[in-house]
Formats: sequence, C-alpha cells, structure tokens
Amino acid sequence: MLKTGTVWKQLSSGWMVSSLTVILSIPFLIGVALLIKSTPLFSSQSLWQLIGTSEWAPSEGRFGFLPFIFSSFYVTILSFLFAAPVCLLSAIYLTQFASPRLSTIMHPVIDILAGIPSVIYGVWGILIIVPFISQVAAPLFGTTSPGYSILAGGIVLAVMCIPYMLNMLIETFRTVPVGLREAALSLGATGWESVKHVVIRKSISGIISSFGLGLAKAFGETLAVMMVVGNMVRLDANPFQAGYPLPALIANNYGEMLSIPRYDSALMFAAFLLLVIILIINLVFRYFIYKAQKV
Amino acid sequence: MNRRKIIEQNIFRTLCGIASYSLIFMLGFIILIIFYKGVGSLSLEMVTKPPSGGYYFGGDGGILNAIIGSLYIAIGATLIAIIFGMPAALYINVHLVKRKKLQNAIRYFLDALWGIPSIVYGAFGFTLMLAMGLGASLLAGIITVALLITPIMIRTFDEVLSAIPMGLHEASLALGSTNTQTAFRVMLKQGFSGFITAVLLAFGRGIGDAASVLFTAGYTDLIPRNLDEPAATLPLAIFFQLSSPIPEVQERAYAAATILTIIILIISLTARTFSRKFTRTSIK
Repeated sequence: MLKTGTVWKQLSSGWMVSSLTVILSIPFLIGVALLIKSTPLFSSQSLWQLIGTSEWAPSEGRFGFLPFIFSSFYVTILSFLFAAPVCLLSAIYLTQFASPRLSTIMHPVIDILAGIPSVIYGVWGILIIVPFISQVAAPLFGTTSPGYSILAGGIVLAVMCIPYMLNMLIETFRTVPVGLREAALSLGATGWESVKHVVIRKSISGIISSFGLGLAKAFGETLAVMMVVGNMVRLDANPFQAGYPLPALIANNYGEMLSIPRYDSALMFAAFLLLVIILIINLVFRYFIYKAQKV
Repeated sequence: MNRRKIIEQNIFRTLCGIASYSLIFMLGFIILIIFYKGVGSLSLEMVTKPPSGGYYFGGDGGILNAIIGSLYIAIGATLIAIIFGMPAALYINVHLVKRKKLQNAIRYFLDALWGIPSIVYGAFGFTLMLAMGLGASLLAGIITVALLITPIMIRTFDEVLSAIPMGLHEASLALGSTNTQTAFRVMLKQGFSGFITAVLLAFGRGIGDAASVLFTAGYTDLIPRNLDEPAATLPLAIFFQLSSPIPEVQERAYAAATILTIIILIISLTARTFSRKFTRTSIK
C-alpha cells in the first residue's frame, strides 16, 4: 500500500512538473522554429530591406513586407479607435452605475461575444459591414469603395476586440477600493466626478494595459479580417480601399508557398514578426497589470 | 450643487449607458443576422450527409464531413489539453502555493502565451508537421489546436483553483496527505465544476478556430477514418463555401455558420451554468 502510494506520488508529480515545463517552453520553441525556417530569406535581403521596402514579387524572389506591416497597423489602430471609447464607457457603467441586475445580464453577453468564432464575425462583416461601406459610408464621404476595405476590417475587428478589452477593464475597475470613491463623494463630488478624478486616475495603468493588450489581440486576428479587408498589396492611406494585413498574407498563401523558392521562408518570417510584436506588447502590458494589482 | 456638474454627469452617464446597452444590441444583431440568412437553407440533409460530387456546384449533400472533422479535432485537442493542463494548473496551486513570486511569473507567462494569435500557432504547427514527416492531417490539426487551447484551459482552471480557501488545503495537509494527494483528491474535487468550465471553454475555442487548422488539418469531402488523413472543419467549410461564386453554395455557408453559432451558444451556456458558483469572471 505504502509502496504503490510512493510510486503513484512520484509518477504524478513528475507528470505535473513535466506538463508545466512543456507548456512554458512552447513560445521559445515557436520562436526558434519560425526563425530557423525564415533564415534562408536573409541570404538575399537584409532585415531592413525586408521590412522597409514595398516591392512584393515572390516569383522573382523579392519580398518587401512594408505594405503588409502598414495594413496591419492601419487596421489595428482603426479598430482601436472604434473599440476603445465603447469599452471604457461601458466598463465604467457596468462597474460604477449599473444595477446588479444589468451586470448579471451583461456577463453572459460579454462571454458569448468573446466566444463567437472569428469566421462568424467574418460572415457578419460580409453580410452587413461590407455593403454598408460601399453603399452608405463611401457615398457619404464622397468617394467610392468596393466595400472590402481597411475600414471594414477595422469595424469587424473592433467588434471582436470589445469583449476582450472590456473584460480586462472591468477587472481593473473592480480593484479600485470603494472607500476611495466614497471619500470623493463625501467631499461633494458628483458620481461622474468621482469616476473621472478618482476611479480613472487610480486605474490609469490598468486602462493603458487593457488597451495595449486589445491592440495586440487585434494585430494577430486573421480570418475575420481577411474575409472583409480585400487582400490587395498596396500602400494607401485611404481607409475605403483594400489592404492586406500580415496574418491574411500568411493564411492566403500557404497553398502555393512550397512551390516558389524562399516563399515559405517569407511567410514564416511574417509569422515570426507577428509573434515577436505581439509577445513584446503582451509581456510589457501584462507586467504593468501585475504591478498595478500588487499595489 | 452646480448645474453644469449635473449636466456633465448626466451626459456621461447616458453615454456610458448607451455603450453598455449597445453591446447587448450588437450580440443580438450578429446572431439574428446569421440565423436569418442561414435558417432558410438549413435542412436535415446538411447535417447528416457529406458533400456529394456536385455539391460545390449546388448539388446534393451536406457538411457532415466538416461537423465530424471539427468534433474530432476539438475533442482530440481538448483531451491533450486536459492531460497537460490539468496537472499543470494543480501544480501551480498546490506545490507552488508558498512560492508566490514563481506562481506569479508562471501566470504572467501563461497570459502572454494566451495572447499569441492562432495563425502563428498554425504556422508553427505546419513547420512541426513537415519536420515530423506528416502531411496535412487530423493528427497535425489536433496537435496545433491543443497548443492553442492549453494555456486557455490552464488559466481558466487556475483562476478557480486559486479561489479555493487556503484552509481546505491546509486541513488536507494536516491530516497527513502529501501535496500530490491534496492536489488530486481535494483541490481537483473542490474545483471540479471550474475544471468542467475550463474544458468547455477550451473546447469552444478549439471548435471555432480556423487559422490554426488552415495549414495543418487540410480539407476533404470525406469523413476521416485515421489520424493521418486530412479532415475538414466547420469554420473552413464556411470560409470556402462563402468564397464560391454560386449562390446556392453561399447559402449553405450561411447555414453552416448557423450550425457553428448554435454549437458555440450551447457550449457557452453549458459553461455558464457550471461556473455560476464562481463569481470571478475569466478574461478571454
């Protein structure tokens, strides 16, 4: 009895430790594997040429990632501009003003929004946002648009990121002590003033971090964006025209990447870029959140 | 009180309220649109038959291949995630309970892992697959999706475990059980409904994710019988059918989207009923 007990104990604690080690080593494995795969690319072009030029001709061996990086940032920032105010306002409402009943309704709503797969958002974008842009928004601004555009990508992405950012913002606001707010109220501040001067100021680092993580999430989103963004290689500041973000580049071309020399390296390099950018954003802002939670 | 202050307060309160209620509206809008477009071409044939020869030109058949493929991949990946994730979460909360710094470092790291986009996992899975000499297959899809959902599972389960009162843990140790016994006999039992929630969340993510299986699982009209055969998945079935120029095929993409939405809704609601005990929500 005692013996089987010790064997079981060693087996299971070994199992626990090795599981944890395997999981924690995943990002390093991914980074190294993608980097090794993309090294053939560096033999003909320097890093600067890769990310600083905009000529994209895989069959001639020229890979300029600038249009893709540009589109990625453009879509991400656009989506952020739509999503951030909505998230901030509703997080304030749900933590400071709302009745408990509304909060119990909102929790499943946020959870379900967060759980809807990106392809469903993509279908919704094609059905609603794309025709809206080509038929309503573009004529309103006096231009024409195919509908499949940077703006469409930004809107769909914004809707997808809202539940993600909102959850983090709500967590942040919950950590602000009620006493602080009550102190402001007892000094004669209105409810809104106590929010503006106390709650927001107190949780400013959490707010910035939530926004940062939302940006990172938007930056890596693939399918929904790819379905509505048009996928044309171009450097164009007009949001009513098509773009081609990095994740869409990878997802669209995996089929032919093995038939053109160094094309697979280029796509793996794109994945590596995504990984590095997103991991850095995540590590930095998560660090802020942990610091803020400790204080 | 100053009138301007009250006006400002009212304006912002209204704005905040509008922002909150617009989320409910958004969810309803998305689901209604998907259902409205999809219910028309939803039929028993869609969910009981694989595509026939002329399916992609508007012929007979359904998307049973994609439904089965998605279930295989999500179930397989969830099993792997349980095998690695469950002990890892227990270890963080039992063995490392005194080492707060290490615990926080691991959580920090897992959260960062959660942020890696699925397309990167897909590209990595593809590299791994080629290195292992595999082709696009069920197995490659399962491994890639497992990589994607394991951090999600651990962190969700971990949130629940960390809320279990320390006293229970100490009582178990005081009765003479080891850390490992405490982990599996006390903590796992106490946090079991949280564990089920974590499994369901991971499963939902696995069944809905497309970018990770795009490279690795391939696409086929057949129902896979072996781990080394390619498998179709529901999100990709929607994606591919939607890009068809033929209206009947597009209609079926909407129907497939309706099926996927229904599956996700069922999973979310089940997970909710299990997690109702725990008031803390998890970040997705």
